[in-house]
Amino acid sequence: MSFDREFFDLGRLDSLSYKDSLIHRIDPRAKIMVLGVFIFTVVSFPKYELSGLVPFFIYPALIISLSDAPVWFIVKKAIVVSPFAVFVGIFNPLLDKTPHEVFLGVAISGGWLSFISIMMKFFLTITGGLLLIATTSFPSICRGLRGLHVPEIFVQQLMFLYRYIFVLSEEAMRMVRARELRSFDGRGKGVRPFISLVGVLFLRTVQRAERVYYAMLSRGFDGSIKTLSEPRFRTKETLYIMLSVIALLSMRLLDLPELVGRVVMGR
Amino acid sequence: MSDALLSPAVGAAFWSASLGAIAFSARKLKNAIDEKSVPLMGVMGAFVFAVQMINFTIPATGSSGHFGGGLLLAIMLGPHSAFIVMASVLSVQALFFADGGLLALGSNIFNIGFIPCFIAYPLIYKPLSQWGKSLSFSVIISASAGLLMGAFSVVLQTYFSGRSELPFGTFASLMLPIHLVIGVVEGFVTLGVVSYIRKAYPGIVESLSPTASTATFGLNRVIVTFMIISLFVGGVLSWFASTQPDGLEWSISKVYGKETLPEREDYIGKSAIELQKNTAVNARLGTSASGIIGSMIVLGVVFVVGLGIRSFRKQ
Repeated sequence: MSFDREFFDLGRLDSLSYKDSLIHRIDPRAKIMVLGVFIFTVVSFPKYELSGLVPFFIYPALIISLSDAPVWFIVKKAIVVSPFAVFVGIFNPLLDKTPHEVFLGVAISGGWLSFISIMMKFFLTITGGLLLIATTSFPSICRGLRGLHVPEIFVQQLMFLYRYIFVLSEEAMRMVRARELRSFDGRGKGVRPFISLVGVLFLRTVQRAERVYYAMLSRGFDGSIKTLSEPRFRTKETLYIMLSVIALLSMRLLDLPELVGRVVMGR
Repeated sequence: MSDALLSPAVGAAFWSASLGAIAFSARKLKNAIDEKSVPLMGVMGAFVFAVQMINFTIPATGSSGHFGGGLLLAIMLGPHSAFIVMASVLSVQALFFADGGLLALGSNIFNIGFIPCFIAYPLIYKPLSQWGKSLSFSVIISASAGLLMGAFSVVLQTYFSGRSELPFGTFASLMLPIHLVIGVVEGFVTLGVVSYIRKAYPGIVESLSPTASTATFGLNRVIVTFMIISLFVGGVLSWFASTQPDGLEWSISKVYGKETLPEREDYIGKSAIELQKNTAVNARLGTSASGIIGSMIVLGVVFVVGLGIRSFRKQ
């Protein structure tokens, strides 16, 4: 992906996180915990499980509809990062050819089942993560992490990083554009110019960090980042967590599509 | 690394390793760090983030490559700050770019953060430079070793999760040679940047790293040399193994043979038995895999014992 497009995606996802909706208003700690349980239950399904995974699509679907997130944007981002999972997963149908299920008279090998299972798990976990950042602003995620007793240095690091990603990416983007304008046919984009770009960017980074530090000092920085509102746990959060965990666990332990199918077919 | 290829056990294991390392680094930094370093680390993180978005063409292949940054940060900021910075960058990438997913984040922080900062830097780069090897030699060797170990870690994580059918040997022979090349390129870039910075701004390294002087790892030359050689031999050997058709045929037939065995839930136990069978039956593929594993385990034990003895004697 080109620098410009990645930077735009970053900005778009970030601005999405500041909107207001039912999901946006939930305490970040609750959302993080539920996402954790979600990922764990999805990933805990065995290799060949397919139907049991289907009900889990309710989770991203509900969040998307309640938070008004742009569906195609999220799906596109998931597709963009799929190559690794696809590349490793595609070996399964090639290596595992023993028939596992019969559908409409065709024997389906275990390899295809596990491959589809991998892709379903991939899609669920990736959209779950993207939806977390789409519905929770990064500063509130950091505050949530602090509330979950993540070390203070790491939380501060995340907050500073967030502040300066946009600043430094713009600086880097100017350099990349200059390189584009001065290069042609791949020349000028090799390792040597890259090294110079990185070296200059590093030095500018250090100098900027100094200026930032003095600016913060003159505005009263004393080593800790103060926040205006501390996140609090209310009934909304407890209900969200309880309902989600109960739903996720029951979907994990009972194969709902199987049951529905049996009822429909009259067994 | 991707969520879909992990099992809960492996994912959780590497998450706890990464969280433990974060807590450890945070504690080490709390005393050593001053206020000035906090915004510096944040800005460094933004720097690594921005650099990872710039691509470059690799000579002779025409394909584009990306930069990691763990070793560069460790050299510039010291291992503990570098690890915190890398962990934060990977977290932001996992959240905003969905790179791998949130369960795999623990494994990614381990592979791309912990290994370069706490293994490649102190156990390979520092000893090499202390023994007077040239900067270019130390940097390139440490970068490649770090990436080889990271790639190998991915193979291990995938194998022990049991979601992919890829046999250990085949996956290793795919991952290791590629990452050896990537590691050499990263080494060149790191080397270039470090020299550039030292020429333009001499003395900056000392002023930037709060914990560099406290990270003294006096290791036996023999151990470090052995570790480097075994990693490279494993990487290069597996490349030769992949060009032999009978290696792949053998692993496929091994997988077919596996299908008739009753399926065990305990994948780790199952894979341990597989490893035993591999090393017993086929010398070529088996030795590179078991060689690397064996040497790392032995080195790990030696290291732990050595550290234990040293800390005991210091008291």
